[in-house]
Amino acid sequence: MSSADSAAPSSRPRRGQGGPSRRSSNVVPHVVLCIGAVVMVGPFAWEVLTSFKTFAASIHVPPVLVPNPFDWRNYLTVFDTLPFGSLFLNTVLMTLARTAGQVIFCSLSGYAFARLRFPGRGLLFGLFLSVLMVPSQMFLIPQYQIIQHLGLLNTVTGLSLPGMFSAFGTFLMRQFFMQLPVELEEAARLDGANPWQTFWHVMLPLSRPGMLALGILVAIWSWNDLLWPLVVNTDPAKMPLSAGLASLQGEHLTNYPVLMAGALLASLPLIVAFIVFQRHLIQGIASTGLKG
Amino acid sequence: MSVSLGKGESARVATGYGLRVRRAGRSRIHRGEAWWALAMLVPTTVGLGVFSLWPIFQTLYYSFTTWGAFGGHEWSGLENYRSLLSDTELLQALLNTVIFTAVTLTSVPLAVVVAALLNRPGMRGLGVYRTLYFLPVVTLPASVALMWKLLLSGDYGIVNWLLSLLHIDGPYWLSNPGTAIYALAAVSVWSSVGYNMVILLAGIQTIPRDYYEAAELDGAGKIRQFLSITVPLLTPSIFFVTVITVINSLQAFDLVYLMIGVNNPALDRSQTIVYLFYKTGFIDHDGGYAAAIAFVLMMAILVFTAFQFRLQKRWVHYV
Repeated sequence: MSSADSAAPSSRPRRGQGGPSRRSSNVVPHVVLCIGAVVMVGPFAWEVLTSFKTFAASIHVPPVLVPNPFDWRNYLTVFDTLPFGSLFLNTVLMTLARTAGQVIFCSLSGYAFARLRFPGRGLLFGLFLSVLMVPSQMFLIPQYQIIQHLGLLNTVTGLSLPGMFSAFGTFLMRQFFMQLPVELEEAARLDGANPWQTFWHVMLPLSRPGMLALGILVAIWSWNDLLWPLVVNTDPAKMPLSAGLASLQGEHLTNYPVLMAGALLASLPLIVAFIVFQRHLIQGIASTGLKG
Repeated sequence: MSVSLGKGESARVATGYGLRVRRAGRSRIHRGEAWWALAMLVPTTVGLGVFSLWPIFQTLYYSFTTWGAFGGHEWSGLENYRSLLSDTELLQALLNTVIFTAVTLTSVPLAVVVAALLNRPGMRGLGVYRTLYFLPVVTLPASVALMWKLLLSGDYGIVNWLLSLLHIDGPYWLSNPGTAIYALAAVSVWSSVGYNMVILLAGIQTIPRDYYEAAELDGAGKIRQFLSITVPLLTPSIFFVTVITVINSLQAFDLVYLMIGVNNPALDRSQTIVYLFYKTGFIDHDGGYAAAIAFVLMMAILVFTAFQFRLQKRWVHYV
């Protein structure tokens, strides 16, 4: 790529400095970054290759690079060894519920903190911030008890419910609303719109990028969440993929090709979503620096 | 902003909330504002109150109780905390967690270098590199754990095979008590470089190009530019990423659960605080003791974070 660069007529001359030497100097960075990229992608590539190997080939020494024979049946075996369909459905439902819950509820509360004025706002916001700073393990035992009392252990509702509310999401949406120009709102209010109408018709349409960023962050966090599902769901049929695959590992300790096939199938939806929504996710992370 | 400010309100302008704090409330149009705010806040406030805020106090209370085998619990004062002090398993878990965190922090300098390389003028393929480096962040932890379990396998893993080419006899990385926590931390470095890089890249892109051009005119080399311009100006982002990495690493759980597991001889030397918390609270059903462990974790996070904020004055440059 870089050699083509230096050969091509420079499209953006930089003040006559350096010239060709400056261009070709990007060879070293590319080499370093490519080595890094191999380290980052190598394990994924090995996972894909292994998922098509026979069991014997997967543990062969020296390692076999290309699967031969090409055993795609591992992907069918996954469905025999795991209730993969229901695990997948549970994960999708849980992710949708948490994402929808947080995007809706956090938009509302974020807007209230950003633009509405009411007694006790500082105090309430302080409480939200304090929740944000406490590690989630401090909530876990009582959360489990609440879900147990509600009779929601081993249900998708129990999996999703506590994850539908978020101090972090409120904070993120508040930041987002605060960046929007006040003038539009003022205009709507002078036209007689009440706060709800202003929010719904004026602010919400403008906050789509913020909602998208929050939505993707929550979706990733929900799909990959492991500790909470392990705590509330012990019935394999009611687990999400994260916990279900963990249990598969225990039972079939070394059947790597099947495990890899399952792990790939379980990760794929999120990887695809990441590639599609990458720009929004990157912006969301860069502006907040936090995972869910 | 066409409405003029009344007396006394102009003083409010300087406060954090800006112009709108007082004024809106006085005009009749916005009389219902507090009620609307209340309505909009109800779902999240109730949800957080029930599932987060109240549980904090509940957990604190539990940490002063002893749990019976059949679900009851009774007040036992500082008993749990006294036991914690002499609990070698907990102390070892604390040490493991600190080692894990320290090793994971090497992802920060690595991410700084990657971000700096990506930010070079005329650099192509930024989007592709970013996607590839970020991939582990969005991958299911079970999948990450699995691929690395195979790569690090003592008998047929690629890592040991590569080492054998160099005539080095690699250990059983994940079941050897001396290596397990380092192996986990290495995987953690691998999974966090991309995430840190994204935040650092956003920071690095705000450094004006002129600085580099001026340095070049003065004859500063690439490495000198990196050390004298990029790193100092990036210190606020580096600080931020460091704080986040420490907070996340202190709460590590997934990799221990997925890559080590219950029957592993290396478990004692590789379990983290959160893993011990999970085991105590939800496998041994000793909620009181688990609550005390959670409290210790919270204090550890607080202390480490406060410590970093104190240290930041020495090395973080805010422009």
